[in-house]
Amino acid sequence: MNRFLLPLGAFALLALVLAVGLKNAPEKGVIVSPLVGKQGPAYDMPDLHDVARRVTSNDYKGSWHLINVWGSWCEACRVEHPVLLAIQGEARLPIVGIDWRDEEADGLAWLQQRGNPYTRVGVDKESRVAIDYGVTGAPETFLVNPDGVIAYKHVGPVTPQIWREQILARLPASTQ
Amino acid sequence: MLACLFLSGSCAAIDTSEPFADPKLQARYLVLTHELRCVQCQNESIADSPVEIAADLRREVREKISSGMSNQQIRELMVSRYGEYILFKPRWSARNALLWLAPGLMLIGGGIVGWRVLRRRRALLTDDDTPLDEDAGQR
Amino acid sequence: MLPELGQFAMILALLLAMAQAAFGLVGPRFANSRYMGVVPFAVAGQFVFTCLALGILVAAFVNFDFSVRYVAENSNTALPLFYRIAAVWGAHEGSLLLWIFVLSLWTLAVTLRSRGLPPSFAARVLGVLGLLSMGFLLFTLATSNPFARLAPALPDGRDLNPVLQDFALAIHPPMLYTGYVGLSVAFAFACAAMIEGKLDQTWARWTRPWTTLAWAFLTAGIALGSWWAYYELGWGGFWFWDPVENASFMPWLVATALIHSLAVTDKRGLFKSWTLLLAISGFSLSLLGTFLVRSGVLVSVHSFAADPARGVFILVFLIAVIGGALVLYAWRAPLLKSQAGFELTSRESFLLFNNILLIIAAAVVFGGTMAPMLSDALGLGALSVGPQYFNPSFMLPILPLLGLLSVGMHAGWKRGNLSRSRRAILGTLALAMALALAITFGAYDYEAVLMPVGVALALWIALSALVDPVDRLRRRLSLSAGVVGMSVAHFGLAMLVLGITVVSSATTERDIALTPGQSVALGKYVFRFEGIKSLEGPNYGGVQGKVTVLHEGEAAHVLLPEKRNYWVQQSTMTEAAIGARWDRDLFVAMGEDVGKGAWSLRLQVRPMIQFVWLGAIIMMLGGITAGVDRRYRLAQEALVRKTDAGTPSVSAA
Repeated sequence: MNRFLLPLGAFALLALVLAVGLKNAPEKGVIVSPLVGKQGPAYDMPDLHDVARRVTSNDYKGSWHLINVWGSWCEACRVEHPVLLAIQGEARLPIVGIDWRDEEADGLAWLQQRGNPYTRVGVDKESRVAIDYGVTGAPETFLVNPDGVIAYKHVGPVTPQIWREQILARLPASTQ
Repeated sequence: MLACLFLSGSCAAIDTSEPFADPKLQARYLVLTHELRCVQCQNESIADSPVEIAADLRREVREKISSGMSNQQIRELMVSRYGEYILFKPRWSARNALLWLAPGLMLIGGGIVGWRVLRRRRALLTDDDTPLDEDAGQR
Repeated sequence: MLPELGQFAMILALLLAMAQAAFGLVGPRFANSRYMGVVPFAVAGQFVFTCLALGILVAAFVNFDFSVRYVAENSNTALPLFYRIAAVWGAHEGSLLLWIFVLSLWTLAVTLRSRGLPPSFAARVLGVLGLLSMGFLLFTLATSNPFARLAPALPDGRDLNPVLQDFALAIHPPMLYTGYVGLSVAFAFACAAMIEGKLDQTWARWTRPWTTLAWAFLTAGIALGSWWAYYELGWGGFWFWDPVENASFMPWLVATALIHSLAVTDKRGLFKSWTLLLAISGFSLSLLGTFLVRSGVLVSVHSFAADPARGVFILVFLIAVIGGALVLYAWRAPLLKSQAGFELTSRESFLLFNNILLIIAAAVVFGGTMAPMLSDALGLGALSVGPQYFNPSFMLPILPLLGLLSVGMHAGWKRGNLSRSRRAILGTLALAMALALAITFGAYDYEAVLMPVGVALALWIALSALVDPVDRLRRRLSLSAGVVGMSVAHFGLAMLVLGITVVSSATTERDIALTPGQSVALGKYVFRFEGIKSLEGPNYGGVQGKVTVLHEGEAAHVLLPEKRNYWVQQSTMTEAAIGARWDRDLFVAMGEDVGKGAWSLRLQVRPMIQFVWLGAIIMMLGGITAGVDRRYRLAQEALVRKTDAGTPSVSAA
């Protein structure tokens, strides 16, 4: 009798795994970043608004800031844009933009049209910074602490809920 | 994500960069680009994926090979940025050991099961068994 | 109006399925032949209403009824008629209706051919099938109604995904489902036997033809999908160990084990509990495949639009069906012992190892497919498993299997008597090895040890498969459909293995950008890019390239790859151009304009790839031939005669 219960037992385990898999399903396809909790890679990009300047990872060391990857070709970035503008409006955090795989003219025009929530914008035409940061698509947003460590990464448009629950919640009380 | 379905059929997938002059390096390049998962079209390798980030990742691989990194080092680098999910070939680790060893273990287990069944059945064979009639065409 | 009628037809079908299940299972319990007599009518009725529902959906597509949401999402005024019909099963809701239709078709077939079965057994089989129909109809009506309306109706539809606007992919689901769902018959036979508490050689003989036919269709369905991937996806590959591909391959492996295990149970009454478990597992894997593809737990290029809510329903259904069957198994299997014996070199022995190796192969595919989900569920982090794992791991049980096959074909039942066939075995082996070496070093450059080994194994199987039929013909003995089918199917397998081995080892490819007039050499062939011209189709526009392939200076092929822009969905598709010949394919896919008049091209020479498709078709034909062997029908008729002759079985009410 015992031997013939094995298939049923094995199936029960399988069903359990499937149930858990189903529960986790909505997040499928989102690669969990191994960079969270680690030092953000250094970057040095040309500034979108000023040919003579560079945007580097040292610029915002010492304070909390967001890094946001976007592009004028990116549909979802349009959805996110008002939220970023609101964040800038509350003047809580500097937002460093990475204009990814974009011609400077297109990026500038896009910001002109919609408003510029970014403190500085770097140009990453060849995905070098994006790949360093494990970016899989746009938009993606990183929360970086004063020591340069990535505290949180969000894939997809930032919503007010994400802002409150994930980003704001991680900031120390003094900056809130 | 939708780009993956819509661009089906290797548009940007076609790698028009010059192959390495050294065939050994080119071979390493092909092996690696087929081993790395495209982070956007996640069911294709960066060799076959039509999206731009796949082309960028291929370029990364190319540059890292040129700079002298070994295949293993390049894999580690990709994993440090994207996690183990980017590898099609599971790394050898404590967690993955079972996955890699399972087929061999099952083969051994199967062999043991088969041998035990055979032993029992041979013993059940009696000498005065009438031979099975092979009716024509019956196999 | 009509779509509502379609929905109503489905509701009626559901009610009839419930009747079928209830009367089919309760009737025999109380030996009530009146109840059992209802079942065939329930089956027929369910079939009629299912046809009606499917027909109405087809009509909605053909007549551009965009007030139906499913039609609006998958069709368009510019979509040609053939694809409007194929669009019916192009997405989740419609494909479920197709599944239900195929299930009712198989159920009808079983009903019509069940004259030779004891009435209570037949009723139970149909009762179980009724439960399955119920589950699917309920699921479809509750979560995936294809007839849901869109208010207000759209003026035009979103068009069928261009990837699906293709002949092979249009017929791939019906063929695949015929196989998938066909395994439910074996499942139902198994459940009926367990409910009755009786499983003997006769049961195996009844189950064999159904299973063999389902297997044949599943073979064809998988091959069609693979063929489509080859010429449509533009990278020239045909198998990627994608989770959805694996979801169809696992039932196939188990079904293969099942048809062989049934042979042993039929012939000698052995392996009963194995066969039972395989029959349960085969269909279980089909159901599991359905779950994986539609629930969103797996990321795949193939998967339907994910909806975890649907996933919950399917999972519950899965647990009920498979769990139920396995409970029955745990209850009944201990009683299935037999005392027959066999020798080491007997046919039973070879089939024993056939079972074991195929099950291991299925387990390898299963493990690799489920590992990422398992790792995630256990909180062990992300894991990814691709061809670099599957290929070597799968070959581990399969290579020994292929070797054993050639010897096993000569083994007799019970005692084997292989010494009689020693000359045949060694002779075929020697010939196969010689030919393999000739092919490897003569026709192709030796690439890897896989090539001569794989080719030798394949040729050995092919030659061995011919030995017995040729011998019988020589001795003027008759050849039953069963023997012919078996030999043909094994021969087909050999061709498949041959094709896969050669194409995997000897393919040459090159990605390159060429300007018009430029050419590049690939092995013995020279590919010359002539240029492009613009193109317009019924629902797309684009460019067509021209590539001339030269062999030793002479034009062997002119290939016309295309890049199509489908207007409605704003998507671009590459149509690769393939110059096919029995011994090699020339493959050209167009990339993009890289500037200065140059275009990127993917060029491949794929030797012996036609043998992959040919092998699969031959296997399917072998399966069909074996499945319709008169021997099974004769056995049924014999049973009917015996019953009519006065065995008091059922009282005429």
